[in-house]
Amino acid sequence: MKTPLLTFLFGSLAWAFCNPLATARAATITVKGSDTLVILAQKWAEVYMQRKPGVKIQVTGGGSGTGFAALQNQSTDLCNASRKIRAKEIEGCIRAFGRRPTEYKVALDGLSVYVNTSNPIEALSLEELAGIFTGRIKNWKAVGGKDEPIVVYSRENSSGTYEFFKEHVLGGRDFTAAAQTLQGTAQVLQAVARETKGIGYGGAAYGAGAKHLRIRKEQGGPAIEPSEQTVLDSTYPIWRYLYIYVNPALDRGEVGAYLKWIRSAAGQGLVKDVGYYPLPPPLRE
Amino acid sequence: MAEPSHPGGRRPGWQALDRGQRARPWEWVAEQAIRVVSVTAIVLVFLIFVFVMREALPVLLGRVNSAAAQERRALPVEQMDRLDPEELRQYLELSRKEFAEMDRDTLRLLMEVKLEAAEEVPEDKDAPLNTAAWRYLLGPHQWTGYDRPAYIWQPVSSIHKYNIVPLIVGSLKTSVVALLFAVPLALAAALYVSQLAPPRLKEWVKPGIELLAGIPSVVLGFFGLVVLATFLQQVCGYASRLNAFVAGIALGLACIPVIFSIAEDALTSVPRSFSEAALALGSSRWQAAWQVVLPAAVPGVFAAIVLGFGRAVGETMVVLMASGNASLLTWSVFDSTRTMTATIAAELAETVFGGHHYRILFLLGALLFAVTFLSNLLGELVIQRLKRRLEGGR
Repeated sequence: MKTPLLTFLFGSLAWAFCNPLATARAATITVKGSDTLVILAQKWAEVYMQRKPGVKIQVTGGGSGTGFAALQNQSTDLCNASRKIRAKEIEGCIRAFGRRPTEYKVALDGLSVYVNTSNPIEALSLEELAGIFTGRIKNWKAVGGKDEPIVVYSRENSSGTYEFFKEHVLGGRDFTAAAQTLQGTAQVLQAVARETKGIGYGGAAYGAGAKHLRIRKEQGGPAIEPSEQTVLDSTYPIWRYLYIYVNPALDRGEVGAYLKWIRSAAGQGLVKDVGYYPLPPPLRE
Repeated sequence: MAEPSHPGGRRPGWQALDRGQRARPWEWVAEQAIRVVSVTAIVLVFLIFVFVMREALPVLLGRVNSAAAQERRALPVEQMDRLDPEELRQYLELSRKEFAEMDRDTLRLLMEVKLEAAEEVPEDKDAPLNTAAWRYLLGPHQWTGYDRPAYIWQPVSSIHKYNIVPLIVGSLKTSVVALLFAVPLALAAALYVSQLAPPRLKEWVKPGIELLAGIPSVVLGFFGLVVLATFLQQVCGYASRLNAFVAGIALGLACIPVIFSIAEDALTSVPRSFSEAALALGSSRWQAAWQVVLPAAVPGVFAAIVLGFGRAVGETMVVLMASGNASLLTWSVFDSTRTMTATIAAELAETVFGGHHYRILFLLGALLFAVTFLSNLLGELVIQRLKRRLEGGR
């Protein structure tokens, strides 16, 4: 009775120790960061791995902040980000590997504001959005809707989308304390789809289930729908670049080739499939 | 000197090998191995506590500075050569070892980044405040852009606002709801199973309830998020779909087996003579259970509730998924709420090691550890006392 148990224990221990060594032999690229970029990064990885069977690409999310932390701790090769890197984070990278990380723009994203499909509101101005998300406007009536309280959905503060929205729509002010924070854009969308008084924000890629509002830059200005046209000519006011950051020392060989491919016509051709917008040709490889 | 105290001349340990236990050296080895394992377990728990405390200690002692404006004294890059190495090292906040390993180019890059960081500092009256000081951790403050002093948890912001009061209140709110829901149910079930149920039924009900403990908390959380939230909103008609009430009910499901099994043990260990005496005096079975057995087992029931509270406060996944996680400070259970555990789970992954946000999350961890440790300790102590009393030695 005792011997098989011991054999099993030692066997599993030995397996646990040897296994990472065995898998490390294949060319593995780890990608970590923005939840917004996860779907796109997985799509890229999938197609690329089909073309180059020797390469293994592991994609995980967690938020841009998580990605930058991993870049500083050197626990990932590529860092997906939906915001620019901060000076503090650059400092961490320089301390870790002595160089600034290289920044690549890889796609464009229009940020949508979602409301429930039963909500009569079709368009809001940036100012009204700031009022709603900072908690100054608490009732839909104030922006021309029904007499109902507004339920605000936001993202966890490790999310790049959270910080982008805070910076560009709220002008750096804090979200209202009443904002419910959810773990991903899919959750926000699901919540808004179920909550008739809800409002949330997230990538335009996550489409179904809720109504995307049209946005006015100024009060009384034209209401602009998020689309490739309006994002590329920047008439739609809430858009951003999506980035990949890499330690320049790693930016060669398999990793370098992968990055090049992402920014080529082949890689950019996949961007629209998941609902983002490809880089305009001058920004490509 | 140990000789006389061992009848038959037997002595434990290695010395015994050449005597009576010569034939069983493996037993001695196994005994020692088990002893080592058990001591290791205790030491590990202690080490975890030390680790958590070590990470949180700088905040406790007020040695962490989270002011947004501390970068303001940035120097132009050209100044680099005018500083002597020690000054430069201190300016760049490097350890001696790091400094020795860096070449000039790296140092230059760091100088540049310092300047960039200085440009990112917000123009704000609160920028020079050390928001990780106790005053701001526990007291209200009127931050820029707020119209009255408030308790604000906004760690990712131009000014890091680290007030932990909303999180503590959030944890308390969900735990209290959980207990209010779980205690009556679990106690009633325990009373029924231990005193009133026919033995055949008891054999089914008891494992059935204890099986609830086996449901992974993430499944309970998902159940709360998808099913309970919608159902309870339809029944109660409150505004916010995810709130302390929903999370508390889902949490209560996780607490029921804990409270049930301990309370049931306590009720069962009340000597049969108590209820027999009551029945002999003409009371009904219900009267015997309610008026005689339950009061006799009160300390054990109390322990069960305290241990259930420990479980509720420490539970993470359920509240992360079902509470909505808004860091509101209100007493209404129908408002969305953010607990300490959910905050740690949601935010720790993105913080910089050793940074102020990281340390404050560890402070929350230490607080949780202390609360659950104390409630478990209290529960265990009461159970021990009850056992001793019921086993006769008053």
